Amino acid sequence: MYRWIACAALALAACAVQAQPALTPPDELVKIVMLEVADIIAKDKQLKDGDRAKTIALIEEKALPHFNFLGMTALAVGPAWQKATPEQKKRLAAEFRDLLVRTYASSLTVFREQNFDFRPLRMKPADTDVTVLVRVLQQGSQPVNIEYDMEKTPRGWKVYDVRVAGISLVVTYRTEFANVVRDKGIDGLVATLAAKNKSLAAAPAGASAGAPPAGTTK
Amino acid sequence: MSGWRATLRAAALAGVLLASAGCATTATDPRDPLEGFNRAMFAFNDGLDEAFVKPVSRAYKAVAPEPLRGMVRNFFSNIDDVFNGANNLLQGKFLDGWTDWFRVIVNTTFGVLGINDVASDMRLEKHNEDFGQTFAVWGVGDGPYLVLPFFGPYTLRDSAGLVLDWELDPVVRARPIALRNTLIGTRFISKRTDFLDASALFEQASLDRYVFLRDAYLQRRRSLIYDGNPPRPPRPQEPQE
Repeated sequence: MYRWIACAALALAACAVQAQPALTPPDELVKIVMLEVADIIAKDKQLKDGDRAKTIALIEEKALPHFNFLGMTALAVGPAWQKATPEQKKRLAAEFRDLLVRTYASSLTVFREQNFDFRPLRMKPADTDVTVLVRVLQQGSQPVNIEYDMEKTPRGWKVYDVRVAGISLVVTYRTEFANVVRDKGIDGLVATLAAKNKSLAAAPAGASAGAPPAGTTK
Repeated sequence: MSGWRATLRAAALAGVLLASAGCATTATDPRDPLEGFNRAMFAFNDGLDEAFVKPVSRAYKAVAPEPLRGMVRNFFSNIDDVFNGANNLLQGKFLDGWTDWFRVIVNTTFGVLGINDVASDMRLEKHNEDFGQTFAVWGVGDGPYLVLPFFGPYTLRDSAGLVLDWELDPVVRARPIALRNTLIGTRFISKRTDFLDASALFEQASLDRYVFLRDAYLQRRRSLIYDGNPPRPPRPQEPQE
């Protein structure tokens, strides 16, 4: 029932976006998507319990359309990106996207039931590259900052990096990727990422679908 | 002071000498000239974690319900706030510093010796400060990255901060020794338990866990030093040399 309403709402929203040329402001976009995802998780027992496949599907559907994975991969790969062929770039971005989604999926269950503090963004109309800050308030510990680096594109504002507690999803890979490229080349990096993704898909650590409810697997 | 600490110092020193003697060639990152030594310490800590710390943390999580674990976490967090406040004052952040100390007063009294974080309910936000950050604010650079046995990732500056953190820590100064050891052990397991999910994520995400953890740690420290608002680095639009 809820999903049906959500679908209808989304369809309406899509129409609205098409009807008016103005793009949703980046901070507004982050707020809409995060609240929607948190809401869906809160109302779904399987998602709350950390059902991996379902969480990944949720991310794919709701969050990923707002990410620029080619841009993220370019930043993570660094100088070697320019030497990559278009085909290699495409494969790299696809594998990197997979890796981020798989790892990110398990962290979504961590952030459920939390209080989001959406910080208003002070931006000039001409800005095309901004950082949107969301703070996650937790009892008994320092609030955790989530920062979305976003750029303006004709298809709306797109995320090209995310920092959680100051740690960048993209920058953290730079040295690792550079090391692999130095030793094994771009194709080596593609192969390494593919192997990593395959092993993650085969043996999902942490919360997995169908785990006994005792929670001992964590 | 204690024999254990002397052993630790000796081990660290021995490791540094070892690193400079033999494994220095593995270093490729200018921030990490002691990579050989650090990787050895990382493997040592990791072995200890897998064999002992992680199993105990999992058991603690399974046995103690979250409300109880929350009380343990809050108790130690309340002690930390004394030093969060001191460091904020030393860094010239007077409002934050007084907030931290007000948190201690509120949590120690109304929160019953700190086991309830009522101050956060009152929107008195918790901060994260230490002497390493204070030194950084005073202008001391990071120094080389350093993985300490038992303590994990640090930089040279933050290790110096750690010595002060540790010397002044009421938990470390608690006597009798049996009580002190129990407190240190409990706090350590409590913190490690909170980090179980995150460390699982790190294991999943990384290709080379040593490099991943190092780069994440250095970013995290930078963020903490600037209280979550480090200057935004310019985006390398077209990645190039």
